This record gives sequence, structure tokens and C-alpha cells, in this order.
Amino acid sequence: MTVTVSKVIKRFLLADFAVAFKVGLQYFFRPKKTLNYPHEKGYLSPRFRGEHALRRYPNGEERCIACKLCEAICPAQAIVIDAEPREDGSRRTTRYDIDMTKCIFCGFCQEACPVDAIVEGPNFEYATETREELFYNKEKLLDNGDRWEAEIARNIELDAPYR
Amino acid sequence: METMIDIFGLYFATFLLILGESLLVIIPIFVALAFLMYADRKIWAAVQLRKGPNVVGVFGLLQSFADFIKYIVKEVLVPSGADKVLFFLAPMITFIFAVVAWVVVPFDDGWVVSDLNVGVLYIFAIGSLEVYGVIIGGWASNSKYAFLGALRSAAQMISYEVSIGFIIVGVLLSTGSLNFSDIVRAQDGSWGALSWYWLPHLPMVALFFISALAETNRPPFDLPEAEAELVAGYQVEYSSTPFLLYMIGELMAVVLMTALITILFFGGWLSPVSWLPDGIWWMALKMGAWFFMFAMVKALVPRYRYDQLMRLGWKVFLPLSLAWVVFVAAAVQFEWFGGAYVRWATGG
Repeated sequence: MTVTVSKVIKRFLLADFAVAFKVGLQYFFRPKKTLNYPHEKGYLSPRFRGEHALRRYPNGEERCIACKLCEAICPAQAIVIDAEPREDGSRRTTRYDIDMTKCIFCGFCQEACPVDAIVEGPNFEYATETREELFYNKEKLLDNGDRWEAEIARNIELDAPYR
Repeated sequence: METMIDIFGLYFATFLLILGESLLVIIPIFVALAFLMYADRKIWAAVQLRKGPNVVGVFGLLQSFADFIKYIVKEVLVPSGADKVLFFLAPMITFIFAVVAWVVVPFDDGWVVSDLNVGVLYIFAIGSLEVYGVIIGGWASNSKYAFLGALRSAAQMISYEVSIGFIIVGVLLSTGSLNFSDIVRAQDGSWGALSWYWLPHLPMVALFFISALAETNRPPFDLPEAEAELVAGYQVEYSSTPFLLYMIGELMAVVLMTALITILFFGGWLSPVSWLPDGIWWMALKMGAWFFMFAMVKALVPRYRYDQLMRLGWKVFLPLSLAWVVFVAAAVQFEWFGGAYVRWATGG
């Protein structure tokens, strides 16, 4: 490091601090980026991977056909599925559990699903007070699907041109 | 017997007077401190494009009071190996000395609890004693981090006190008085703001400000609290009210430094232009402006390394301020610059 006269003069005149102060003042008066979170929320991409949901067809029939592709691909092995033929002969799940404490939200399950049954919706505000509440069963997942269907359908439609 | 009653009555009246004066100073300072802490956070946030506290009260103005309540009602934790007496004594020392120093600060002409003729020395003595709060707290915590933080803090405060001392000596040579009120009166000239000491002592204003940052452990010299290496320095083991006392004590020291800069270099309560009246509002305004600088520095300047801090203190500031004392002494003796450096406040 060479010490030149101009460097020394700059240092004694606090030139760097003067520049920093000017920049700081500029930032001081700029509009602020803060979102008042519970009242204001940030933008979420249609591809956002949040809480899981099991979807239904418009006629109320559940989409899942118990092919177990999601169970097979899940890298965290968070999904457990049991299947049996229903009275009408169609193949359905009797059990569809997701352990949300294991899930890593990679989105492989919704990629693997041939009928768009299991999806990760836009909801990320599902914190619970106990671990047990995060062991989701089929009933809870179907309930999520009913609750978020409008947003999920819209997101799938928006993302459709890219897949 | 009656004379005894008279004497005690006199003492009692004097005691009440002193108590009233002290409360008159302390209560406004505490209220101001709450809002200054809020302002500190707001300024820091604004520079970083954040909004800062904005939930408690209108614009978050009551944030400091909410924090105060939180600190008070929290549990007081004492480390098992700590020296209990010293552990609780240390924050009190810091706090009490930070409050006591305000006794000699004049807010307006005559608005001072004790108009000591050695006010500068008094501030210095109190400032040095404040180190004890830090070092005792660090030692009594029985923690490595706290102890290292305390050692750093003590070394830092002592180093920068030296250059602050020499800077003040320059002002004293110009004034011929150790009385803060006299120092302000000496700056009362016909040119308004231009007759204050910041102009003849210009390089020392910057030096004093930087030394004040180091003296009060503010960023960029907050090495005792360097969270990356020492967690929180000497405050590691403190929680609840003792921590609150440390925090208030430190902020009070910062505000005291703004008051000192204002009095020594920026004419205290004097008006910057002759057609506006002097008064306490000028004092408050100047202190506020300097507090803004303190907050901005916190937002802008990255932290110094410890050896850089020591080098700056001993190898740059000490020779500079020493040379300045010699220069001012010569300027005063031989009346250079049309007597700009000689404005004796007393005996003239």
C-alpha cells in the first residue's frame, strides 16, 4: 500500500465519510421498502410452494388415484399412502398422510402427480403450537384443497404456458 | 435550641431546593432520552430503507416506553459464578455517574444545577469513573466474553480520554476558565455563529466528535460490544433492569457528549444570528443535530479493528491534539489572527 500526499489529505479531510454521509442522506429520504407484514404482504409467484392441498374435480370427486408416484419421489419420505378399491371399483386412497415437519417443500410431489391432485398452494401462514398438528391426514389436505381451490386453479393456469 | 432549628431549617430548605433543581434536570432528560432512543432507531432504519419502530403509539413514538416496561418486568438472571454484590453494583455505577455528570451542564444562562468553577474537571472525573461500571460488570459476570469486553472497553475509554483532554485544553486556553457557563459566554461575539469556537478550533471539532464516539463505545468503535467476536461484551450476562441501567447509562453518555460539543465549540445556548434571542431551544437544537450525526455514523461507518482503534487513538489523535495545544498556546500568547483565539471570559 503506497501512501501518497493526496491520500493523506483525503484521509484528514474525512473525504470518505463525507461521501458516505451524502449517500446516507440520499437513502434517508428515499421511500422505504418495509412491508407492515400482517397488514401488507409481498408478491407471491404462481410457482410459490407453500402448504400442501389435495384437489377435487369440479363435480366434487377427489382427483387422487392412489398411484403413489408422490410417495415414491418424495426425497424426505414425508408422504404415506394406503390404497383400496372403492365400492364403485375405482382405485382410491384410504390414507394420505404428509408429515409437514419432514417436508422440504421441493415440489416434486406436485411435479410427479399425473392428475394435479397434490399441489403446494400459496398459503404459508399455517404455524401451529404443537408438532402433532403438523402431521396432516387426508381429511386436512382435502379441506385445504377446498379452501384454496380458487387461488390454486389460478396459479396453475398462470403457470401452464411454461410447462 | 432555636438557632439549631433555624440551621436545620436552612439545611432542609437548601436540600429541597437542590432536590427540586435535580428533578427539573433529570425528568426532562429522561423523557428526552426515551425519544432520542426512538430517533436513533428511526434514523438508523431510514438510512437502511427500513421504517423502524412504527407500531406502538402514533408513528411508534411510544416504542421506548414499551421497551422500558419490557425490561422492567423481565426476569433478572444472575450467573452462578458471579459476584452478586458487584454484579448489581456495576450497572448502578454506570447509570449513576451518567446522571450525575449533568449537574454542571448549563442549558441556558444560569440554568445549571451547580455552576462549578471546575466544571470541566468534574466532567472528566465522572467520565473516568464511568469506566469502573464497565470493568466491574465484566469482571463480576464471571464470563470470558464479558471480561474481554470489559478490558477492551476500559483500554479504549482511557485512550481516547487523553486526546479529549488535550482538545478541551485548547478551548480552555482560549477561554481562561474551567466553568462551562463562562466557556459559552466567551463565545458570545458580534458575528453570531462565526464567533463560536468551532471556527478557530475547526480541526478539533472533528477530532472531538470521533473521540466522543470512542469514549461512549458507539459504532464504529463499539468493540466492547462487537457481537461477532464477543457476543455483547461486558453486557453478555446482564438482563432485565440491570441491562436497562447499562443501556440508559450509555445513551446518557452519548447525549452528554452532544452537550459537551455544543458547549465547547458551538456556543451552547447562544443564537447563531444576532436578531434571534438566545435560549435553551438553541441548546436543544444543536444537541439534536449532533445526536443526528451520532446516529448517522452508526448507520454509515463499519466497525474498526481493535489495533486500528488503538493506533488511531495513540498515533494520530494524541500527536494531533498535542500539536494543537502548542499552536493554540502560541496563538493566545502572541495574539495571532487578530485575537481570534483569545476571548477571556473571566477577569476581562
